[in-house]
Amino acid sequence: MHARQLTKDFGTFRAVNGISFDIPRGESFGFLGPNGAGKTSTMRMVSAVARPTSGELSIFGLDPHHDGPAIRARLGVVPQEDTLELELTVLDNLLMFGRYFDLSRSVVRERAKELLEFAKLTERANDKCDNLSGGMKRRLTIARSLLNQPELLILDEPTTGLDPQARHLLWERLYRLKSDGVTLVITTHYMDEAEQLCDRLVVMDHGDIVAEGAPRALITQHSTREVLELRFPSDVTTPPVDMLAPLAERLEVLPDRVLLYVHDGDDTLRAVHAAGVTPVSALVRRSTLEDVFLRLTGRTLVD
Amino acid sequence: MTLLATKGTSTRFRPTWWRAVLYEAEFYSKTWRASVISSFLFPILYLSAMGLGVGHLVSAHTGLIEGHTYSHFIAPGLLAITAMQLSVGECMWPVLASIKWVRTYHAAVATPLEPDDLVDGKVLWLAGRLFVTTAVYAVIITCFGATTSWTALFLPFIGALIAVAFAAPLMAFSSRVESDVTFTMLFRFAIVPMLLFSATFYPVSQYPVGIRWMVQLMPLYHGVALCRAAAFGSGSLLAIATHAAVLIVMTVVGLFFGRRNLRRRLVD
Repeated sequence: MHARQLTKDFGTFRAVNGISFDIPRGESFGFLGPNGAGKTSTMRMVSAVARPTSGELSIFGLDPHHDGPAIRARLGVVPQEDTLELELTVLDNLLMFGRYFDLSRSVVRERAKELLEFAKLTERANDKCDNLSGGMKRRLTIARSLLNQPELLILDEPTTGLDPQARHLLWERLYRLKSDGVTLVITTHYMDEAEQLCDRLVVMDHGDIVAEGAPRALITQHSTREVLELRFPSDVTTPPVDMLAPLAERLEVLPDRVLLYVHDGDDTLRAVHAAGVTPVSALVRRSTLEDVFLRLTGRTLVD
Repeated sequence: MTLLATKGTSTRFRPTWWRAVLYEAEFYSKTWRASVISSFLFPILYLSAMGLGVGHLVSAHTGLIEGHTYSHFIAPGLLAITAMQLSVGECMWPVLASIKWVRTYHAAVATPLEPDDLVDGKVLWLAGRLFVTTAVYAVIITCFGATTSWTALFLPFIGALIAVAFAAPLMAFSSRVESDVTFTMLFRFAIVPMLLFSATFYPVSQYPVGIRWMVQLMPLYHGVALCRAAAFGSGSLLAIATHAAVLIVMTVVGLFFGRRNLRRRLVD
């Protein structure tokens, strides 16, 4: 997939502001950013549903403007909100969706059986969709997106609202798809998800791409090795920034804590104590993509 | 290209609008129990309530209406009302649900289907469904002697035409609304007045001239008139052509705006 200067306007609002990227076959590619960054609009364009306002887009070497149905026949899409037929059973949801791809009865039955197995829903096959838990509905939506054996799977915030156990099961299923050679395009505002799933990612903010690269490379490039997080009592309105600043390469003051970007967090903490500053709590951690985002935009990802 | 699947191939070549029709049909086959009452029971309830109650009163006072007993007079009009009501019901709440609440239309346009296919599919499916429903209804009223001409054979086609004449514009309408409160308003101020005033329960000649003109602007009036003309083999060719033309124009204009509005809602 290739995109050049891809733009999407809604009236006078510019949701996506001329972004360019290339996603080779078999890669797992992430779009990371806060709500309203333009991720979903981008996903709707790359799934050949929404028409770009301007710019070039090619998917499987085809132009979505002319070959939309042909492209969509080879895609799987997992939308942000589940779009299942709640009145129908789990199995019927799969069987009926096969209609849209014009799959023959026997093929759909066979694939539905495998996909229910894949989504761990075999025992719920004849239950009404309405009675499933959130995680089960999500897995069914993913199973449904695989019905046409897509070469490219587009997932818009696949694990939002899931409990940790359900998320890990989903990640494991996505790894399996990736190892089968399916190209994955994922949006998320979870850092750990992006680090786990994506070979390469772009960070979006206000419709622009603000950074691009492999997760580890982005962290090395834009952040320090470790981060020291200090919390101060709630009655301290202004933390002693003047005293802390010389101790760190960079410093971020958030409403509830101060982040010190340093090479060695424990060393710095000792220096902080030596300087006579006493935080309520201190935490040393590795730099994450969250820090990259904070550095590039001055804001946190999940507000 | 062949429409038949050959063994071993998984993809066939059915046009996308036909896939939408099949989807609607299959969905109905799995959920029909909920709607079977409104399909057949309501017209029969109407017919028995009005026919036995009002009919008795009418025959005691005025005798025949345009040469028919009261029950026979209202039966073809009730067929038109049934076709409209079913079509209207299918194109309001279920469509907004597919767009906004369960969002299944969004899933559909991520497949080879286009929004146009969803509109065409719904309208064609309702044409087929109402063809069958009105055929059954026509057989029943014929058994009770409420059709007097071979032209009653056209009734299922007229039922299908009424269905699409309402389905298409309503698809255009439902593709734009934000909340189902609007549907309640449409019901109160458009659908119910049409049910009452479209000359189903008495001839349009009962109205003063001014109201008669207004009634003739109501789409349902033309459906009722067509059904009556077919059931009794009455009416001039010009009148029949006019009634049919009104319904056909509604269908064509409705399809145009329905496709455009749904495209804007789902894709742009």
